[in-house]
Amino acid sequence: MTTTDNSGDVRLSGISKTYDNGFTAVRPLDLTVPQGSFFALLGASGCGKTTTLRMIAGLEEPTTGAVHLGDQEVTNLPPYKRPVNTVFQSYALFPHLDIFENVAFGLRRRGIKSVKKQVEDMLELVQLGEQARKKPHQLSGGQQQRVAVARALINHPKVLLLDEPLGALDLKLRRQMQLELKRIQTEVGITFIHVTHDQEEAMTMADTVAVMNAGTVEQLGSPADLYENPQTTFVANFLGTSNLIEAEVDTKSGDDIVLRAGGGKLVLPEARCSAPTTAGGKVLVGVRPEKISLTHADDAGEIAEGRNRITGRIADSSFIGVSTQYVIDSPVCPEFEVYAQNIDRDARLVPGAEVVLHWNPAHTFGLDAAQDIDAGVAEVEEDAA
Amino acid sequence: MAAVTEAPPPLAPTAPEKKPPRKRGRMVPYWLLLPGILWLIVFFALPMIYQASTSVQTGSLEQGYKVTWHFATYWDALSEYWPQFLRSVLYAGAATVLCLLLGYPLAYLIAFRAGRWRNLIMILVIAPFFTSFLIRTLAWKTILADNGPVVHTLNSLHILDLTSWIGWTAGDRVLATPLAVVCGLTYNFLPFMILPLYTSLERIDGRLHEAAGDLYAKPFTTFRKVTFPLSMPGVVSGTLLTFIPAAGDYVNADLLGSTDTRMVGNVIQTQFLRILDYPTAAALSFILMAAILIMVTFYIRRSGTEDLV
Amino acid sequence: MAFVKWLKRNLVVIAGLLTLGYLLLPNVIVTVFSFNKPKGRFNYEWQQFSLDAWKQPCGVAGMCGSLSLSLQIAIWATIGATVLGTMIAFALVRYRFRARGAVNSLIFLPMAMPEVVMAASLLTLFLNMGAQLGFYTILIAHIMFCLSFVVTAVKARVMSMDPRLEQAAQDLYAGPAQTFLRVTLPIAAPGIAAGALLAFALSFDDFIITNFNAGSTVTFPMFVWGSAQRGTPVQINVIGTTMFLVAVLLVLTSMVIGNRRNKQKA
Repeated sequence: MTTTDNSGDVRLSGISKTYDNGFTAVRPLDLTVPQGSFFALLGASGCGKTTTLRMIAGLEEPTTGAVHLGDQEVTNLPPYKRPVNTVFQSYALFPHLDIFENVAFGLRRRGIKSVKKQVEDMLELVQLGEQARKKPHQLSGGQQQRVAVARALINHPKVLLLDEPLGALDLKLRRQMQLELKRIQTEVGITFIHVTHDQEEAMTMADTVAVMNAGTVEQLGSPADLYENPQTTFVANFLGTSNLIEAEVDTKSGDDIVLRAGGGKLVLPEARCSAPTTAGGKVLVGVRPEKISLTHADDAGEIAEGRNRITGRIADSSFIGVSTQYVIDSPVCPEFEVYAQNIDRDARLVPGAEVVLHWNPAHTFGLDAAQDIDAGVAEVEEDAA
Repeated sequence: MAAVTEAPPPLAPTAPEKKPPRKRGRMVPYWLLLPGILWLIVFFALPMIYQASTSVQTGSLEQGYKVTWHFATYWDALSEYWPQFLRSVLYAGAATVLCLLLGYPLAYLIAFRAGRWRNLIMILVIAPFFTSFLIRTLAWKTILADNGPVVHTLNSLHILDLTSWIGWTAGDRVLATPLAVVCGLTYNFLPFMILPLYTSLERIDGRLHEAAGDLYAKPFTTFRKVTFPLSMPGVVSGTLLTFIPAAGDYVNADLLGSTDTRMVGNVIQTQFLRILDYPTAAALSFILMAAILIMVTFYIRRSGTEDLV
Repeated sequence: MAFVKWLKRNLVVIAGLLTLGYLLLPNVIVTVFSFNKPKGRFNYEWQQFSLDAWKQPCGVAGMCGSLSLSLQIAIWATIGATVLGTMIAFALVRYRFRARGAVNSLIFLPMAMPEVVMAASLLTLFLNMGAQLGFYTILIAHIMFCLSFVVTAVKARVMSMDPRLEQAAQDLYAGPAQTFLRVTLPIAAPGIAAGALLAFALSFDDFIITNFNAGSTVTFPMFVWGSAQRGTPVQINVIGTTMFLVAVLLVLTSMVIGNRRNKQKA
């Protein structure tokens, strides 16, 4: 993989899609996916991620905008003339052809006569050499998935598009295939664009994730960046869990902003706030549940100075092995979630106990309070159901 | 590495104006439809119009026919041939009910109880199709022969006395009676009942039976409350596929019946092919068509399966 | 008591098998009577065993000629109806166009129309046009009434087909023609075959419409009909039996081959 080669760049400029019935699936968006990266489009169903993918594949015509592969504009090329291949949702393997012919399909259509060696090598890469003469329905879900990948990869596309490739697999197999796909991507060095609604899948596999919502990209970045520095409530809630508190800007001191929430004060580094911070303005203060420490009210004196703190009462606790998840009832936020690692368990921390929550201000992030505080929450619950 | 922004209003050269949509074969469906639909218009729809016009013509074979809007033909045809119309409806109705009663258990058997025999039974249901139905109908002449075992058994069980009493048979005979005609109609159209029934029964998830059983339904209740309602599409299309051709049939009435069992199909056939009274024949077949269309529409509305077709 | 219980549990099986018997009884009679040596002109009463008819299947004037005519008509009608019907089915499933409702009704009506009505009206048309009744008028009529059945059979198959398969083919460098030939057609093939088989059976066995529009041409069903008035030769039963056996054998072999192929691959 050379760094100067940009023929595998995917560049979307002002691309949008409005269907005949007036539904706008994708609002004008610009996006560049560099050569060789593993890129994920993450979002709930109906957010426009699959439509975006299909516009890159040529299966959907953009209403506005252009698609470039490297320096070549492909907006008006039909799918069979684009150097792009797709791994379809539920695979779309040809039921009337055996595995070998499924994999050889693309080569044969391009008039390549001697396909045997290539197909066999490719089947070897996905560990299906033995199954060449079986029909798709005779394979397990995981094997079918690998055939779909092999069938696309054998054509050495500039870009491989994956539409929910692991959606039909059970959890264990999904984990295994995530690693497998990552291995294959590293091996062949092709740009992968991966559409998924599974945040864990996106975070494990991709080096860049674009979170989509209602036809727009909410935020784009590395998995860690998205998780630690969400810019919108949607991202904060959709990726993992966030505790969001409504607060009012009080004063600024140095690089920090001091906020008032309930009766107490919270400190937020200005660099981690994506909202305007005029004194008296509202801001949503967020903190991830695992960043918070829990101390019984009797030991409140032992908490170090300079930490953000909130008082409350334990409403509920559930022990899940690695950690214990608490729901805290506090004046500033009715359902504050705290995940505490089970290192030393304090026997006093049971429902009803008065506690102090405290965390390092550096882990606080600030969001624009004009947004829906619950955006992205429903989607997560829907997926879990 | 990657960058994203909301696209500004399309000023950037990379975001061109909306192009006219690619016209990838907008005319294709019309070309695909054209030959077949033309065929149906010319050889199905147009003949219907010709027939409608023939039915209001007067004249004779020698001098030719003219459209005179002579609607009296309809009235004359109805008043002369109402018994045949009535018979058609009665015989076809009886055959349809019999087909449902006989066909449902077999369809159920194939769908749920046949196991590895399923394919074989299916073949046995369909295979008779490949022997000309006229040959098979003629076989009923042998089966129902006056001195054959069937008539003998029915006679000794005094069943024939009963059917004679309600007018379905005459004396010790079955052949040349309404019973023979209904029997032949039932036989001929039974597969048209079984196949749609089977199709809709087969779609029923077997676990529904278990669920019904789990929820305190006895087997017959399960059938009444779960299986039968779910098989309604099959029942509706099966009864239609049986009733419509049976009502227009004249082969069974001719081969197995007598002059007293003539149905409207027999009259149309004779008027058209022997007596050559085209207006009457046209009027009769128009009335038959209208009657069936009305009944079918009403029936489909009532059974609430309009998405059937 | 145990017997009553068994009977209760298997009532539906017994009733179903009785119906199956009712369906097959005439075929048994047809087969048995193909070995009969009737006294008079009619073959309705059992007299004595004989192989005469099987030795001379074409020993009746006009019968084998009518049989070959029926076969020819059935083959041409099948080809015509299958091609036209498949085209319509694809248009209905894969495209959006105006007048879809009218097209659907035009497809449905011939199936909901008593044969005798279609037969009579078609004859009216042919008489008005002054057409010569015979092979071509029969063929036209057969294609007309088989068409709807082919459309229904093919439509069902194409509708259940995953549109992503065709997209996958396009994604893998198959142009529209290649996609159709390599993916769409092979996958729709079972539906097309079912439609063609149905068309063949319907055409070969049709009597009512043919009888109206044949003029003096005699197809096999018309031959049987005529003989029912004049006298039924035993050879009719020979043909009927052969047709039944050939059909069952063909289906059974195709099933055995299919099973073996699946087993080999598994």
